[in-house]
Amino acid sequence: MNDMSRVERQVDANEIKLECRDCQVYYGDNHAIKDVNVDIEDKTVTAFIGPSGCGKSTFLRCLNRMNDTIDVARVEGSFKLDGEDIYDKRVDPVQLRAKVGMVFQKPNPFPKSIYDNVAYGPRIHGLARNKAELDEIVEKSLRRGAIWDEVKDRLDAPGTGLSGGQQQRLCIARAVATEPEVLLMDEPCSALDPIATAQVEELIDELRSRYSVVIVTHSMQQAARVSQKTAFFHLGNLVEFGETGQIFTNPEDPRTESYITGRIG
Amino acid sequence: MPILWLFLIVLAIAAGGYFLGRSRALQSAGGDSRSLHSLPSFYGANVFLKTIVPAFGLLILWLLVQPIYVNTQISGMIPETAIKEGSSRSLVLAEVRRAASGLDNAVEQGLITEDIAQNARADFTDMTQRLKDAGQVVTSNITQPILRAAQSYRVLNSTGRSAMTIAVLLAAVAGAAISLWQTNKVFRARNVVEQGVQVLLLAAASIAILTTVGIVLSLVFNTWEFFKLYPASDFFFGTTWSPSFSGRGGSSELGIIPLLWGTFYISLVALLVAVPIGLFAAIYLSEYASPRVRAFAKPLLEVLAGIPTIVYGLFALLTVGPLLLGVFGDEGLGWMKAGTAVVTAGLVMGIMLIPFVSSLSDDIINAVPQAMRDGSYGLGATQSETIRQVVLPAALPGIVGAILLAASRAIGETMIVVLGAGAAARLSLNPFEAMTTVTAKIVSQLTGDADFASPEALVAFALGMTLFILTLGLNVFALYIVRKYREQYE
Ligand SMILES: Nc1ncnc2c1ncn2[C@@H]1O[C@H](COP(=O)(O)OP(=O)(O)OP(=O)(O)O)[C@@H](O)[C@H]1O
Ligand SMILES: [Mg+2]
Repeated sequence: MNDMSRVERQVDANEIKLECRDCQVYYGDNHAIKDVNVDIEDKTVTAFIGPSGCGKSTFLRCLNRMNDTIDVARVEGSFKLDGEDIYDKRVDPVQLRAKVGMVFQKPNPFPKSIYDNVAYGPRIHGLARNKAELDEIVEKSLRRGAIWDEVKDRLDAPGTGLSGGQQQRLCIARAVATEPEVLLMDEPCSALDPIATAQVEELIDELRSRYSVVIVTHSMQQAARVSQKTAFFHLGNLVEFGETGQIFTNPEDPRTESYITGRIG
Repeated sequence: MPILWLFLIVLAIAAGGYFLGRSRALQSAGGDSRSLHSLPSFYGANVFLKTIVPAFGLLILWLLVQPIYVNTQISGMIPETAIKEGSSRSLVLAEVRRAASGLDNAVEQGLITEDIAQNARADFTDMTQRLKDAGQVVTSNITQPILRAAQSYRVLNSTGRSAMTIAVLLAAVAGAAISLWQTNKVFRARNVVEQGVQVLLLAAASIAILTTVGIVLSLVFNTWEFFKLYPASDFFFGTTWSPSFSGRGGSSELGIIPLLWGTFYISLVALLVAVPIGLFAAIYLSEYASPRVRAFAKPLLEVLAGIPTIVYGLFALLTVGPLLLGVFGDEGLGWMKAGTAVVTAGLVMGIMLIPFVSSLSDDIINAVPQAMRDGSYGLGATQSETIRQVVLPAALPGIVGAILLAASRAIGETMIVVLGAGAAARLSLNPFEAMTTVTAKIVSQLTGDADFASPEALVAFALGMTLFILTLGLNVFALYIVRKYREQYE
């Protein structure tokens, strides 16, 4: 951790974008998330860390109601986006997901061309008035996804034909193309090489100026590099949540300390 | 000895060999199965296989070869002079076989002794009379050469049988003995058995393939015969189908085009019915239906596929035809003359194909990974947008394959056409007219009383061949597309 990022972290407390209170998630009888309270701030990167299977993805999927697509999943608690409960009956999950975008843990490009993959969101939401604007959005998104140079000559090739890491960056480009207010990223860099990882981290940093980003990661260094807030999950509980610098240098809970120093996993 | 007994004895030897092999292997390892190369049961299976495979192979071979051998022998015994005017050698041989079985039956019923039956000097007039008395069906008077031939036919057959029994039993015993002798603790029984199983599987596969080849060959030969009697160009490009019913008249016009047109037209109507309904049903079932509705509706839909096509044919004839006639017939719009028409058959065939299309498409839509749908939902797409823009395009090649398979079923369908579309071969665009298809005509050409060697009967094979090539092409194309689709998610 260099001093630069430490300085950057000294931002004033932003207003709260997403407020989560007493969240519970059950998969059938399996109580996967227990009493979690988290505030996702605007214009902030929040990192979720924790051992595998502790419920990071599950909690992330609550934030844009992706758990609705899992039959056995049941979500309780209050989730307020800009003060509005996203689980309210009047809220359209489709509208919500346009505002709260998501990059999944496993890359899932559509079996369409690279261009159509990125243009998918802008098309269904009518973000471009004409082809030229759409082209522009696609190019900008691919550049932000750090994949433009690799695919600019084959935008018509199928997205499924890319390598795993390229597919993941394509999915990132696809997600930012819809200009979400909150971007949820589930281990976006797990399949990427250090160069692409650095580019994605740069993108996250750039996105922070306008949106809030939530990133799940298994890399402590990455969490320390990109995030201002860090949440540590363990066995479905939120053990500790606070300033990233605080968590990494002076954790309150012994479990957090053991995890970041590599003693529990 | 009846073959069933032989079969059981060989099995018994093999079963005994199994246990002997097992225990011998264990013995050679001093009772410790860990120092054997393979599990003891593999040693048993090795003996078992090596007992039955040569024995049964020999049995099958013998059963195939012996009749051929006996026939040539007997055929050699019958002089040209014994073949009457207007008869043929094969008819005489058939007579010989009949006489031989007559002798068999007579001996069995105790009317004559085995000695008399075999007696080469037996008086043949007397013998004929005796056989007739015994109630045996003997067409004409048995002549001297026929009786002699029948007698040696019996002798050849029975010695052949005995020789076969001995040879098969010897083969079984030898197989068991050799494999038992091989058995010791270092023998790689497991590998041998594995190879044996592989060969068995290969044999099963080749039987399936050889049968197909046989069917194709019989089609090809008969088609060839047909084209010797009837010009191929008239068959493929003729636009009239009017076989003469007198049998051998040269006035038949056997053009396939009206039949192909009828096939195509009826299949088209059927697909126009089946594809949209089947596809929508599949989308509903796989994307919208709750698990409970699905568990209930899917089997219900598939029941449609289990209904025999003749029932659909009756449905077309008795229900759909009159119903359509009521609307489009003289009392209604006046477009339709009779209940049997292209629309009737097409509609009913379409209903028959619905479960076919829906069930295959449903499987294919379900095979689209959930991650793909999640990706779309995660971008704020609605369910119908997701289905239209992600799920269906992803499933499209598979769905096209399903439709092509349905089409090849429609082309091959017969009963619905016979009962629903009429029998008139016609080149017309009007769907309310009666038409007929290739399959329906194959049936009517072969069930008539035309001589089997006439072009009117042989044309059925040419029709069958054409149909076979058409549906084969469609199936290959469909499988190719389905397979291409499978690769996408590897
Ligand atoms: N679709 C599902 N159905 C049933 N149980 C699930 C499902 N998804 C997750 N779970 C369960 O919920 C718990 C949390 O899973 P989750 O995927 O959130 O873990 P995670 O923290 O993201 O782990 P990882 O770091 O390995 O991705 C696990 O015990 C898992 O078995
Ligand atoms: Mg996860």
